[in-house]
Amino acid sequence: MSIYSEEQARAILDKVIKASKADQCSATLAGGSSGNVRYALNSVSTSGHVDDVNLAVEVAFGKRVGTATINAFDDASIVAVVRRAEELAKLAPENPEFVPAIPKQAYRASDTFNARTAAITPEYRAQVAADCIEPCRKDKLVAAGFFSDSREFTALANSNGNFGYQKSSAMDFTCTVRTEDGRGSGWVARNLADVAKFDARDEIKTAIQKAKGSAEAKALEPGKYTVIMEPAATAGLISFMMFGFDARQADEGRSFLSKKGGGNKLGEKLFDERVNIHADPWHPDAAVLPWDQEGLARDKVAIIDKGKVAYLNYSRYWAQKQGKQASGRPGNLIMAGGDKSTADMVKGTRKGILVTRTWYIRMVDPQTVLLTGLTRDGTFYIENGKIKYPIKNFRFNESPAIMLNNVEEIGKPVRVGDDESPFVMLIPPMKIRDFTFTSLSDAV
Amino acid sequence: MERRDFLKMAGIGVGGLMLPMFHGRLIAAEALLDKLDPATSKRLADVALQAARAGGATYCDVRIGKYLRQFVITREDKVQNVVNTESTGIGIRVIAKGTWGFAATSTLDPDSVAAAVRRALSIAKANSRLQAAPVELAPVKGVGEVSWKTPIKRNAMEVPVKDKVALLLGVNAAALAAGASFVNSMLFAVNEQKYFASTDGSYIDQDIHRIWAPMSITAIDKQSGKFRSRGGLSSPRGMGYEYLEFKPADRVELPGGAVLYRDSYDMQADAVAAARQAQEKLSAPSVKPGKYDLVLDPSHLWLTIHESVGHPLELDRVLGYEANYAGTSFATLDKWKEHFQYGSDKVTIFADKTQPGSLGAVGYDDEGVKTGRWDLIKDGKLVNYQVIRDQAHILGLKESQGCCYADSWSSVQFQRMPNVSLQAGKDKLDPAGMIKDVEDGIYIIGDGSFSIDQQRYNAQFGGQLFYEIKDGKVTRPIEDVAYQIRTPEFWNACVAVCDQSDYRLGGSFFDGKGQPSQVSAVSHGSSTARFNGVNVINTARSLG
Repeated sequence: MSIYSEEQARAILDKVIKASKADQCSATLAGGSSGNVRYALNSVSTSGHVDDVNLAVEVAFGKRVGTATINAFDDASIVAVVRRAEELAKLAPENPEFVPAIPKQAYRASDTFNARTAAITPEYRAQVAADCIEPCRKDKLVAAGFFSDSREFTALANSNGNFGYQKSSAMDFTCTVRTEDGRGSGWVARNLADVAKFDARDEIKTAIQKAKGSAEAKALEPGKYTVIMEPAATAGLISFMMFGFDARQADEGRSFLSKKGGGNKLGEKLFDERVNIHADPWHPDAAVLPWDQEGLARDKVAIIDKGKVAYLNYSRYWAQKQGKQASGRPGNLIMAGGDKSTADMVKGTRKGILVTRTWYIRMVDPQTVLLTGLTRDGTFYIENGKIKYPIKNFRFNESPAIMLNNVEEIGKPVRVGDDESPFVMLIPPMKIRDFTFTSLSDAV
Repeated sequence: MERRDFLKMAGIGVGGLMLPMFHGRLIAAEALLDKLDPATSKRLADVALQAARAGGATYCDVRIGKYLRQFVITREDKVQNVVNTESTGIGIRVIAKGTWGFAATSTLDPDSVAAAVRRALSIAKANSRLQAAPVELAPVKGVGEVSWKTPIKRNAMEVPVKDKVALLLGVNAAALAAGASFVNSMLFAVNEQKYFASTDGSYIDQDIHRIWAPMSITAIDKQSGKFRSRGGLSSPRGMGYEYLEFKPADRVELPGGAVLYRDSYDMQADAVAAARQAQEKLSAPSVKPGKYDLVLDPSHLWLTIHESVGHPLELDRVLGYEANYAGTSFATLDKWKEHFQYGSDKVTIFADKTQPGSLGAVGYDDEGVKTGRWDLIKDGKLVNYQVIRDQAHILGLKESQGCCYADSWSSVQFQRMPNVSLQAGKDKLDPAGMIKDVEDGIYIIGDGSFSIDQQRYNAQFGGQLFYEIKDGKVTRPIEDVAYQIRTPEFWNACVAVCDQSDYRLGGSFFDGKGQPSQVSAVSHGSSTARFNGVNVINTARSLG
């Protein structure tokens, strides 16, 4: 097991800081293990297990910085890695944007470690695969899925006396079920902190139902539609938009949050007033480490408050240059909502389209955060509160900045994983008007 | 797919440039010249092969890899980072009880290697209970002890960092002097040293090099708040530092004045052009949406080939192994059997793992198969796919096509795309000759935004430079262009392909596939090609 205790981690990091002769020294020790099972065509295709621990040391002489890493932690190796970082720093050019190591931080622990999730075994993973494959095989359907989990620790320290240690765990599940003739496809995903709340036998029913229900898809004309987006369908769009919340980019004039004539749109109302997104490292359903990649302490912060831009991320360099206070970069996105589930929202919809999932989302124009992508694995036409029939997938060209102005209704947030997003997210289902579909796709 | 890592680097605007994630530890620049010793590798490989046989494996292959990477990252007058990484270890794959097993370790001593073999065997035996049919491996004749090396002229790892920094800062200064508001430029160099051995009797030592020098140049009109970027028009290549030592014979001036490059790149001249063109974009007229005849330069067309031909013809996708993530394919086996009309008779698309200077060129793939060239689409008809050893029998092939690759010693090898390229036209035709017949068209240069569905039917592509073509002439730059295609209609609308003299390579350093995701590098060649009646949309929006 490669999870070090706080005492073990502190002992190693203390040695690193003591060994350094540089003006300042920061070190991060992190590692753990991860496992996964992958299956396709109703059969397990691969399974893997990786154990790893790494020590990264960054030192500075004046404005010259050097970094080195190692995965051996005996005394000689620790001295060697510090010397290597010091050699690299002496050879490096001066970085005009150098900022000194962070001062001692006050970290308030967050609940990122779940013992049950951390204890997932290869047998459990195999059972998840079996729980998805068996009902599909019986129903003449084809399952392909991936289940992964991890247990890790992170410890950091620097020559200003800063120190932090925390354990974390994670699990993520996705499964696609297709009809044997390839005319129907359904998908289910679950990302949870506590694996005890996960039951593959329950989850697979959603994918099975969507696969069977999507087999006779009709074509609708592309255009602007009222849509009910399941949480996973908007998570990718919202997290993409967050890349524009960088203060430097906005101040430099190259973000949708740049202001005409210079400056940024912090404080301006750009979204529907019901849109509220915040970050909270201690949120019980979406806890993240209480520090960011630089070791800055995270805090609870409003990002979009009643439709207003309430937060921009200032790097430490940019904060110093602009006379601002740098704070920890958010690790989660929590969008506020009501109590309605996706099914409740379907019931209250006269005409609309239900979108299970969006796929291959890419930036078309950063000026307006115009994104393109497609619906996938369960797209349905809704009439008078009922799912009437499956429809063919659409390509969309839509900006989340426009989408979040066209909100009709916001449901109950659920935790969503997204392999292209750096955030843990709690996103509600949303009813959106005038969502722009630009072409049809024959893909199932 | 061009996935996560590429997204981080290119998709999110120039300010969001980040380092791609790679396994590896940071090392000093001089350590980039370290070499794997073939004799030591052979001894370790033999330990693994013997342990596998003794443990009941019917087949075993061993990959000992040293993966060296260097990234030099700059913006304007600053070096943001110089990162050297190295990752060394051994990956062992076995077949036992008709089932694959895989294990890897970074500890290169005989005991650790033997332990990894035991783990691979136990995984194979455990998974054999869930195996529907035993692995059927196309035969490969052992080649004994052989070696292969990318034919580079100058190892990029030997070039001092200060020279690379000087090149990039010179590029940035030239772009700023030409009116750019911001410049990001980078240099990536990769050296994969791979030693492969198998129970077939092969011991293959390969030394593979790749290089890429991307940049992004932004112009801003503060008054209107408008900003536009133009990316560099270089290609990632399977070459050494000689790619960045420009030779005037490699300069290609296109109709309308844009300049492209063949086998060497004038990064500074491209930066100056990019600064000018980014400023032009700020005031260029917005495209009127509708149907246009598109003339697509190879610097653009590579990505369309990659997404709409390369990926759908991966046999593992066709069969359903990627259904949960990358997706399946519209190009199903029944379409292959009936020689589906994928494109017009002008369209012959071939796979080639041997093309000099390409990213995918190797002597042998990651399961010891000698590489080659074959047609995927012949005169418009679907004739073949991309397969590895355990898939060859599905197509009735007697041998693998050599498409197996793993991005690390610690990743299990699987089917990856070879270089997939559009064959040049047989009749003499250059871009100017092609354009003179176009009445109402758009000329697109450079790759931009890209997205395609999970069966590879519906795609949308942007670009770097767009020019209006009216009555046979390139008239003016335009903006806000993206085209949407349905793959078979698009390739059947191909009415002309320029001749071999216009053939150039584009490619991707970061093609992603699999769960957990692995990256690979792949090139796509073509000459300029014309597609009639393609749907163009206008991407301009207003945020009020």
